[in-house]
This record gives sequence, C-alpha cells and structure tokens, in this order.
Amino acid sequence: MLCLSGTNQKEFQLSEQTNEYMIIAKDLTKKYGDFVAVDGINFQVKRGESFGLLGPNGAGKSTTMRMIASTLQRTGGDLEILGLDPNTKGPEIRAHLGVVPQADNHDTELKVWENLYIYGRYFGLARKFLKNKIEELLDFAQLQEKRNVKVEELSGGMKRRLTIARGLVNEPEILMLDEPTTGLDPQARHILWDRLFRLKEQGVTLVITTHYMDEAEQLCDRLIVMDKGKIMAEGSPANLIKEYSSKEVLEVRFGSTKNAEVAPLIEKLGDRVESLPDRILIYSEDGEAVLNQIHALGLEPQTSLVRRSSLEDVFLRLTGRTLVE
Amino acid sequence: MSTTNWQGARELINVQRAISRGPLYVAEHRLRNMSKWIVSMIGFGIGNPVMFLLSVGIGVGALVDSNQGSAGVDGVGYLTFLAPALLATAAIQGAMDETMFPTLEGFTWGKLFFGMNATQLSGNSIAVGVVLAAGVRCSLSVLLYELILVLFGAISLAAVPALTLTSIFSGMAFGAVMLMGASFVKQDDGVFAVVNRFIITPMFMFSGTYYPLAVLPIYLQWIGWISPMWHATEVGRFLSYGHQIEPWLLLTHFSYLGFMLVAGIAIATWQFTRRLAK
Repeated sequence: MLCLSGTNQKEFQLSEQTNEYMIIAKDLTKKYGDFVAVDGINFQVKRGESFGLLGPNGAGKSTTMRMIASTLQRTGGDLEILGLDPNTKGPEIRAHLGVVPQADNHDTELKVWENLYIYGRYFGLARKFLKNKIEELLDFAQLQEKRNVKVEELSGGMKRRLTIARGLVNEPEILMLDEPTTGLDPQARHILWDRLFRLKEQGVTLVITTHYMDEAEQLCDRLIVMDKGKIMAEGSPANLIKEYSSKEVLEVRFGSTKNAEVAPLIEKLGDRVESLPDRILIYSEDGEAVLNQIHALGLEPQTSLVRRSSLEDVFLRLTGRTLVE
Repeated sequence: MSTTNWQGARELINVQRAISRGPLYVAEHRLRNMSKWIVSMIGFGIGNPVMFLLSVGIGVGALVDSNQGSAGVDGVGYLTFLAPALLATAAIQGAMDETMFPTLEGFTWGKLFFGMNATQLSGNSIAVGVVLAAGVRCSLSVLLYELILVLFGAISLAAVPALTLTSIFSGMAFGAVMLMGASFVKQDDGVFAVVNRFIITPMFMFSGTYYPLAVLPIYLQWIGWISPMWHATEVGRFLSYGHQIEPWLLLTHFSYLGFMLVAGIAIATWQFTRRLAK
C-alpha cells in the first residue's frame, strides 16, 4: 500500500502548506481559430485539495486539463502551476506532475513492471529508487500478481490502475486524472475510486475531470461545473446541490408519448419540474409526499423513484441539459 | 500499510539534468522494447545476408563472372561489387524499421509519445531519442551483415571499421528522413505499403545495387542520383575495394547524406513538438 506519511524530515508536509496555491487560473482562455474551447475561466486549487471539473463532452474540461498539464499553450489569460508559467516553463512543471490521460497509453509489448520502470526513467529517477517504488506502486494498484504480464493481456480496469500507478511514480505535486473511470464496468470503477480516495485521504492534490456526477461527489472536495468553455458554478458538491437543487427528486415515467401531456398537470406539486423525453423530474423537499399528491390526482405513473438530488440535477438546472446526452 | 516516505517530485527530480538527458531516457525505452525482438533481429540480421549472398552474390555472381571474368564488374568480382550495396541496404532497412514504426506507434497506434510528453520530455527529446535508438539497431544490422560478408569473402576485414561508420551514417541519414515523414502521418491507411512499393523498392532497383548506375540510360540515372542508397553504395565501394571516385563526388556523397540526416532530424523535431502541442 502506498503511504504518504513517514518519519523522514523530507516527508510530505501537508499541514504547513495548506494555503499554498498549486494552480491559479485567471481569465484562462484557449481558442482554435474562431472556436473558443475555454472562455476566460477563473479558479484556484490549494495543496492537498481534490478539485473537479464536471461537464459534458466538449465542455472544455480536457482542454483545461491539458493547459494545466503544460502540454497545451493558452491563448489568453494567466495560468500559474506550482508558481510557474506553463507557457515558458512547461518541462519544469511537468516534471512535478502525475498525469492520467483519458486513454491508456502504455507500451503494450512491455511487462507491467517495465512500464512503471521506463516511466520512472523518463524523469531520470535512479534505478535503485525505482526498484522499491515499483513494488510500492504494484501493491497500491493491486497488480502485484500481474507484474510480469504484458500490458496487452490486462483488463481495462487493470490498465487504468496501472496508468494511475504510473502517474505516481515521480511522487507528483499534483495528480491529474482525465475521465479516470470512463469505459469501466461498475466493479472496476469502485476499485479505482477506492484507490483514488486513499490518495485523497493521504493529502495528494488531485485534479479530476469527469462527466459522472457520482464520481465527482465521491472524490471532489470542490468542483467547477463547465459548459461550452465557461464555468457555470463552483463549490463543494454538497453546497452546489443545496444551492441549485432541492433535497429530493421524484422521477416519474408515464410513457414517452404521455410525459409531455402530464407534465403541466403536476408542475405545481414541487419546487420545480423538469420534463425530459423519457421522464419527469419533480424537485421537492419531500418526494414521497409529491408522489402521494400525484396519485391523489388520479394519475398512475408506470414507474416512480424518489432519490436525493445530485450534481446531475445541478447541471440540468444550470444548463437545461443532462450531463450524458 | 507501509511507512514509505513520500519525498515529492521537488526532492526527487533534478529537473535540469532530466531535461538535458531526455533523449537518453527515450532511447533507453526504445532499446528495452527492441530487446523483446532481439532473437528475431539477430535471426533476420544473419539469415537475410546469407540468403542474399547465396542466391544473388554466388548464384547470379557465377553467371556474371563466367561472362565478364573474375574482375569484370568495376574491376572486381560480382560478389565484391555487390557487397557494399547490400550492406547499405541493411543499414537503411535497420534504421528505417526503428524510426518509421515507433513514430507511428508513438503518435497514432499507442500514443506513447503523448505519455512521454506528459513528463518533462519535449518533442525534441523524444525525436532525438528515437534516432539514437535507431542508431543502435542500425549498428547491430550493419555488424551482423559485415560478419557474414567477411565470412563469404565479400569484403576484407581491414575495410570493416570504415565501412561500419559510413554504413551507419548512411542508414541514419535515411532513418532521419523516414522519422520526418512518419511524424506527419495521421493515419496509417496503407501509407507504408506505398512507401515500400514506390520509394524503397525503386530505390533498391535503380541505385546501382546490382550493376553500375552508368549502365542505365541517362533518363533513369536520376533515380540513383537522388537515392541515398546510391550515395551510400558508392562510398561503400570506395572503402571496400577502392572504387574510383573523383574527390568532389565523394564529398558530394557525404554532403548529400549529411544534409538528409540534419534536415530530417530538424524537421522531425519541429513536427514532433508541433504535433504534441496540438
């Protein structure tokens, strides 16, 4: 198990530096010709914070991540990573980052441990250091049994864990994860969340992009909701839900042809009603009570579900669209 | 839970040293990858010249020598005449394999270069690292080929050191151009099959490999003039058995190959950097 606490003088001193900003973005902009991918966004990330960028595909999350990762130059505004300007100090910054890209990019002809080794060598890390570090990372990623297997033989979840382990080989100041669980089955996602949650507990600064609201809620202390290159809202998951949604949501389905017809009849029952093609969402402090009122009107939904509000509802409120369309 | 110490990247990494040694780290990765294929490389490196020398060098050579005499082609036997051209081919093939395919793997198939670029490695370091590793592969191909050529008596042992250097130089010159070309390829839609059929094969056939270039009609000789293989072969023949070359032409051969090497790497590093930053 990877552990960030120790007794050495050089140990990771989270408490003394909690006010240090790892990332400062002011009016950060990226344009491709006339197309504005990131449109003048502002945010800061503190040391030890788990910061999320939530939004649908094309929102500008990955472009923002690449600018933070210092592999894509901004076209406007200011960006400071670890106190340095990525447009002029890209390699110096990248030496201190761990990056988990959307798509795994291992050397599939090499073994699992060899991929960790060569990645560590990219940073110029000593072979002796890497020998111990690889064992630690294999334990952390639960890949010890697969250490001598070629990467091409790993499952998708295992490859993802290897990518995260690889991102930690240089003991980065910031670990950046771009859609870390996209394409994984539920079990693999939960294993991955567990690993990331442990890193978060141990004080690693995480920057995560996702279009999964549950992932953002699980892993992020604070997040920005992005759409069309802009920040729509910023705050902790709980505060965003509190500010932009109700405590509970009642989801009812009357059938795709009837939903639009029924929606006007029940729109007064909650704080707010969203009529989607496949279902109607009624926002309320007490979902069960609203469901009883619907029954009292003589309406019988095919299915009904009362759940607590999520970031999906926040996004729907802010943009009028769902996250995954 | 272990009590492993987390020192942090600021403590662990000497950034300036890591940046300056970047090409070596990339080459180290490439060599590790190549090591997975070492048996095939050695087998091919020995089998290819043996087959060629038996079939063309000795087989066709017997026919040529019986008609032309034992010193009938450029003043030497056919096997001696052919050997430097085959050596140039081996050098070029070795360098090409290790520049063309890793570049496509790095940018398109496996996107390995983007993983490298997420560290402090720049496009410049990655391109130069690939070239360095290709140089090692090229050297292996050349040395194996020379071993067989010496055993067949096609070249003298005394010519080996100079031939080794010039062959590697020639191979790398062509490898640099292939690195440059591959760095522009977005999708492999059979592009390398086209390169093999319309560039590599004609180059092999029209570069004075099997007969002196002067034998060809003048309207076909230009293919040899622009072909790195002809320049490499001419230098090889000069070093191997004292093929007569005017000093200005010898200088031209080296200059042409040198230009390919420098221009190929310069454009490739520019394109690597540009492509990684998109």
